[in-house]
Amino acid sequence: MKIAVCIKRVPVMEVKFAITADGSRVDEAGLKYDINDFDLWAIEAGLQLKEKHGNVGEVVVISLGPDAASEQIRKALAMGADRGVLLQAERSPADGLSVARALAAEIKDGGYDLVLFGRIAIDSMNQMTGPMVAELLDLPCVTNVCRLEITGATGRAERALEGATEVVEFPLPVLLTIDDGLNKERLPSLKGIMAAKKKPLDVKPAQLGEARVTVQRMALPPERAAGRILGDNADAVPELVRLLQTEAKVL
Amino acid sequence: MANVLVFAEVRGGDLRKVALEAVTAARALAELSGGGSVHALLAGDAGIGKAAEALAQHGADAVLVLEHTGFAQYNPEALAATLAQKLGSGTYSYALFSATAQGRDLSPRVAAKCGVGLAADLTGFTVEGGTVVGQHFTMNGKVIATLALAGTPSILSVRPASFQPAAAPRPLVTEVVTSAADPLASRVKVVELKQGNTGKLDLNDAPVIVAGGRGLKAPEHFKLCEELADAFGNAAVGATRAVTDEGWRPHSDQIGQTGRNVSPTLYIAVGISGAIQHLAGMRTSKTIVAINKDKDAPIFKVADYGIVGDVFEVMPALTAAVKAAKAQG
Repeated sequence: MKIAVCIKRVPVMEVKFAITADGSRVDEAGLKYDINDFDLWAIEAGLQLKEKHGNVGEVVVISLGPDAASEQIRKALAMGADRGVLLQAERSPADGLSVARALAAEIKDGGYDLVLFGRIAIDSMNQMTGPMVAELLDLPCVTNVCRLEITGATGRAERALEGATEVVEFPLPVLLTIDDGLNKERLPSLKGIMAAKKKPLDVKPAQLGEARVTVQRMALPPERAAGRILGDNADAVPELVRLLQTEAKVL
Repeated sequence: MANVLVFAEVRGGDLRKVALEAVTAARALAELSGGGSVHALLAGDAGIGKAAEALAQHGADAVLVLEHTGFAQYNPEALAATLAQKLGSGTYSYALFSATAQGRDLSPRVAAKCGVGLAADLTGFTVEGGTVVGQHFTMNGKVIATLALAGTPSILSVRPASFQPAAAPRPLVTEVVTSAADPLASRVKVVELKQGNTGKLDLNDAPVIVAGGRGLKAPEHFKLCEELADAFGNAAVGATRAVTDEGWRPHSDQIGQTGRNVSPTLYIAVGISGAIQHLAGMRTSKTIVAINKDKDAPIFKVADYGIVGDVFEVMPALTAAVKAAKAQG
């Protein structure tokens, strides 16, 4: 089974972000980076499927990003992926279609049975690249996959909706976007980390097209005003109900 | 002038509240562009046309009704083909979707088919010199990007609960349309819809959310949240990632970074410490109430009103008080 997994280098979010003086983007000073959470689950799904299908074929990790994104590709290789492709771009554009076109050009002639994405990149929060790539390559596509079974040339998945799931059947080859809940990613082993250094990583410029969506400015959301502690235990309930009725007017 | 094509989301044969929000947003987009018509595409099994009236009441000048047994469930391939055909016809400047699981699956397909820009999950927008300029959360909800969407036609999706459905009645005008692709020939087939909490409000539709965290100590104690939700009558129950990872609640109920973004009128956090991953998914709620035994819990920093105490004591008292307040009218 030949599987492509598209991953993204994203900032570690447990920080207080700052915006550059010109208001155009997030200040990158001091940020740490990792693989986007959802993409880790996509890598894990790819590795498990390859293992389940006799460990034949390969898992190819593809990332569009700066040269430093090779660190994230190496991590995926250390988890067990077979080889990597870095599509170089100084930064990933806000225009999802432009990114999708570059990824589709790379995936097009790869002969993949499965193309996996994370459901959403938690930096851009665009959640569009996967289904766009599917359209560009005329592949069947199932997004938000939280359960998955592949049997021969067909598959069955559950898609997570708001408060419900859909059971979906599809043929291979297929493009899937992986949601939380499908699996928990493995950690790279020491042996895996050593092996990753010798695995092939192909580097080439990304073929980004024209961008129709651009970022005009970035800003931090207004801080919520500090709240009030109304009191302890059930004694505070009457005051809470009064405020919900008279001040917040939500009851 | 700009005509807007809006996708009216249906699930399980019912029009969703987000569809009315989308029509309201489409109406605003048309007005901001100097006027224009709003056409809603409503697709479903035979009989879905009866939902057209609600769309007209919220400002749809025409409802394009697509009835076929192949649309009894969500049919992304045939819908994408139909929407792309309509958007490519030259009639419309914009297509507008709800940024739900369905809208975020469908809108990128249409954008790629038409080769046009997509600005997703907007919480608000204006039109400046013919360009849509909209606000979009990035960095896990910690930064707001202002996006410019150049050219027409182009596509936008709006975050649920960002636009409140507003009455803007129009005479009901319907037009029967057919699918641009055979709906029974789709490669991807939805064979079953499993409703999470049958008959209960969805987290994105509910004006009030009662969310429980690890402080509830055991899955059966979520009944405290359910009882409070029942007392409100218009509430849904959500959960933190810690809770869904434990299997106490389904993953679809998870609010936060890897779960759902919600912005209800009232959010009640019960036994939730307030990890930033959770706050990312609920901080835009209008009013936040926190009940937690730890007075230093981070949730109190974003809560408008806090009660420090034992949830097992506070919750029954609050449920009783809300019932009493509701009974008074």
